[in-house]
Amino acid sequence: MARHIVARTSEIPPGGNKVVDIAGRDIVVFHVNGEFFALLNRCPHEGAPLEKAACVARLTSPEPGVYQRSRVGEMLRCPWHGWEFDMRNGQSWFDPKRFNIRSYPVAVERGDELQKGPYVAETFPVHVEDSYVIVEV
Amino acid sequence: MSEVIDRPLRDDEKPAASRLRIVDCDVHPSLHSVDDLNEFLPKRWQQHLKEYGSHLRTPYLFTTPYPRSSPLIARRDAWPPTGGPPGSDLAFMQKQHLDPLDVEFGILQVLDLFIFSQQNLEFGAAIQRAINDWQLAFWSHRDPRLKASILVGQDGTDLAIAEIERCAKIGEYIQINVSPRANEPLGRRRYWPIYERAQALDLPLGIHVGGYGGHAPTGGGWPSYYVEEHQSNAHTIAAQLASLVIEGVPERFPKLKIVFIEGGFGWIPSAVWRMDQHFERFRSEVPHLKRKPSEYVREHFWFTTQPIDEPDEARHLRSLIEWVGVDRLLFSSDYPHWDFDDPRFAFKTPLTEAERKKIFSTNARAVYKF
Ligand code: FES
Repeated sequence: MARHIVARTSEIPPGGNKVVDIAGRDIVVFHVNGEFFALLNRCPHEGAPLEKAACVARLTSPEPGVYQRSRVGEMLRCPWHGWEFDMRNGQSWFDPKRFNIRSYPVAVERGDELQKGPYVAETFPVHVEDSYVIVEV
Repeated sequence: MSEVIDRPLRDDEKPAASRLRIVDCDVHPSLHSVDDLNEFLPKRWQQHLKEYGSHLRTPYLFTTPYPRSSPLIARRDAWPPTGGPPGSDLAFMQKQHLDPLDVEFGILQVLDLFIFSQQNLEFGAAIQRAINDWQLAFWSHRDPRLKASILVGQDGTDLAIAEIERCAKIGEYIQINVSPRANEPLGRRRYWPIYERAQALDLPLGIHVGGYGGHAPTGGGWPSYYVEEHQSNAHTIAAQLASLVIEGVPERFPKLKIVFIEGGFGWIPSAVWRMDQHFERFRSEVPHLKRKPSEYVREHFWFTTQPIDEPDEARHLRSLIEWVGVDRLLFSSDYPHWDFDDPRFAFKTPLTEAERKKIFSTNARAVYKF
């Protein structure tokens, strides 16, 4: 797996996403509550673009009339027929045995960590203002 | 030596004729704003629209279609970047839908302003007339792929006939659309003058499910949930199929073609089996029927495909298609609504090339004579 720098963390606001092309694949990176998730930008049902999905909560109900929300913003609701997927692993909550979205490992690393190389040159104080989002494909 | 490299054609460069171009029988255009209608709507009705708006027969508060699963029941990716509701921007519709899916013809189905559910019949007729003009001026004339229908509310039957005659003279409309939820079941005699005109003009009758008439959408009353209501599209259309067949519409108008739109087709076999079975037993009650209900269904009715049922096993969909008849099915996407079907992925069962061709193109071309 190769590591791809896809964005600065500041580029994707909480609740937002960015679509990137990695090795010919259309991948969408979401930012939810300080975490980042990367998924293939295509719903496995009929192919809707997931960049337009709603980021919703998991909604459960122990009985009619009682509703509970959890994992706010971590569930993806497809922009077409509304199938829901868990952003952490692409798992479908509709017929979960048959469907999931391809998902990719994501890391956030500081710019200075990314810059380490084999040689050490004369150094100056560095002020790192931002971190980068790395997707492994 | 020549420097020219002979490069094979990519798929998207092939001449259109060699690909399967599709006919989409259910595309929903929207008004950008009601002011779009001003040039087609007499001052008196513009004023009425501003002061009184729609008068519907829905019995509860907040039973209007907003948001029904998603705002304006639309795909979340269908909001035009230029603003306005989904379906209101021709250039965006071309870019998102007509061009990439290679739509050769798209049939417009207008639902704006609760067009078939207005209880004030004169107001209803005025907006139907305005919408009929608007379909040509804003859509068909700007993109000849898009075909307009004559929308009329059948409860104002005289008004409907006058509008059908007016539009037929213009000669550009490809079907006559009536309400799926009129005051009475669609087979009733009071509506026959409309069917008589449709037959005489050789225009198919289009019936697009939805809307708010005076009845509960299910035979059992008003549903509590949208998902429950959405099922009722199939019941409504099954009831209207039975009414049309058993009250004798196809018997009386042997050349009439009827297209049910957005009702899907999974419910058809059992509805028709039951009609046939009961017809054998009770034929003395309906001596005006000369043939079995299934024979009328197979000759007079067509069904658009969306929403396609998705059974666990693909072979069940396959046998459903075979039973209903590949000849009876007309592809529809329902663009830009949330339950849109993508023609590339919607049929989750293998079809032969010949079957694809019929469902996606030639059946509709024969019904609508493109
Ligand atoms: S395309 Fe995503 S749910 Fe149908």
